[in-house]
Amino acid sequence: MVARSLGLMSDLKRTPLCAQHLQLGARLVPFGGWEMPLQYSTLTREHRAVRTAVGLFDISHMGKYTLSGPDVLAQIQRLVPSDLARLQPGQAQYTVLLNEQAGIIDDLIFYCRSPEHWVVIVNGATNDKDRRWLAEHLQGVHFDDLTGTHTLLALQGPAAVETLQPLVDIDLARLGRFEHAQVSLAGKPAFLARTGYTGEDGFEIMSLEPEGIALWQSLTAAGVPPCGLGARDTLRLEAAMHLYGQDMDESTTPLEASLGWVIDWDKPDYFGREILLAQKAQGTERRLVGLTVEGRQIARHGYGLFDGEQQVGVVTSGTLTPTVDRPIALAYVGKPFAPIGSRLEVDIRGRRAMATVVKRPFYRRAL
Amino acid sequence: MALEYPEELKYLDSHEYLRVEGDTVVVGVTSYAVDQLGDIVFVSLPEEGDRINRGDSFGSIESVKAVEELYAPLSGTVLSVNTVAVEDPALIGSDPYGDGWLIKVRLADPADELGETMTAEEYRERVEG
Repeated sequence: MVARSLGLMSDLKRTPLCAQHLQLGARLVPFGGWEMPLQYSTLTREHRAVRTAVGLFDISHMGKYTLSGPDVLAQIQRLVPSDLARLQPGQAQYTVLLNEQAGIIDDLIFYCRSPEHWVVIVNGATNDKDRRWLAEHLQGVHFDDLTGTHTLLALQGPAAVETLQPLVDIDLARLGRFEHAQVSLAGKPAFLARTGYTGEDGFEIMSLEPEGIALWQSLTAAGVPPCGLGARDTLRLEAAMHLYGQDMDESTTPLEASLGWVIDWDKPDYFGREILLAQKAQGTERRLVGLTVEGRQIARHGYGLFDGEQQVGVVTSGTLTPTVDRPIALAYVGKPFAPIGSRLEVDIRGRRAMATVVKRPFYRRAL
Repeated sequence: MALEYPEELKYLDSHEYLRVEGDTVVVGVTSYAVDQLGDIVFVSLPEEGDRINRGDSFGSIESVKAVEELYAPLSGTVLSVNTVAVEDPALIGSDPYGDGWLIKVRLADPADELGETMTAEEYRERVEG
């Protein structure tokens, strides 16, 4: 083995919960410019906690904005392929910011408080880029960046409702998937959304720093296990949720990334629309697929996929997951190899393993 | 988790340990390495009878987080391979100094080759600073 360099931690940003993480024995690693907890106990234990009961994540590194003004809806409609005009107050939409070439600038969630008032949550590593893009393309919109003043916690798992219910003043059973509300949480205001990145039921909770720290402390003291980025990655991959910068970036369009479901084909003009229409008509040359891999070795980011001697694709994310207990991966493959059931070989550091294109997600929770 | 470094072993800065038994040496990875790797899911090792050379890769150890090469701390012939650990790599994580050993090697030259090892105390200072 070789000693691995973890980079210069001193240049990294820390969330307001960093002291809590250290106190809980977290191993901290650099992630997208932030020093973040990788795990507190073990990745497998944290993963299973979220699948079977509940787990708590600090995701305060994510970008958090509010957009307000009379003309907000018309302006944000130009930036995304989803029809945000369909949203009622209290509803949210996962979508992508597109550039003029239909390349994905980021994936993000727009939460509609009202047509004049939106909450937007974006990836931590792309926060600066997104903020610049929005500033450049939104006129007359009041933009408020909450990233530095607010925490964001994710409480995820089948026991999330019963865990959180005693702390809030609304009936959580009445808050549907992807719905959100302004609530009183332990007597303080909080933004509560039934969203997440694990494939489980759960909530994302945004509040001012002191309230976020208090919530973290009260939940962990009550026995909710804190979970790190390691479990977050295996959970999201089982649910076939994409990681920006790894499974998609500005060189991929939503159709190539198998995110066609976020596109409303009838909505008015937006960046990249002509290119998406052309791709829809002609099909894309490559697309993101799910793979299962034979054996126990993990097909990791960057590993090549082969049909005989011809390289026909590349792995973007891979892991061996606690729930499915076999190697799974996301990969871009050429059109002929995208259908379910296609057989390919993945080059794992010089050795070939058979891989099969399978239906995504790899894991789906029982409803 | 409190990490242990048994006194009777010799340690490499690449996080392998050596248990010297006459002219044979048992090679494994330290509890520090195991702790850094996290859940171990796969290990590839040489075959019995293979010749390994000091400094060369003799296999790899893989966790969900990362893959690390295993480097031979000495030159010799592989006498036996821990096939139980190959079948159940979690054993390396749960018992690195016992049932989770990796290979047993007969030294090519018993008089040589073990010069650059550390004692348990030196290794502890190195990894825990």
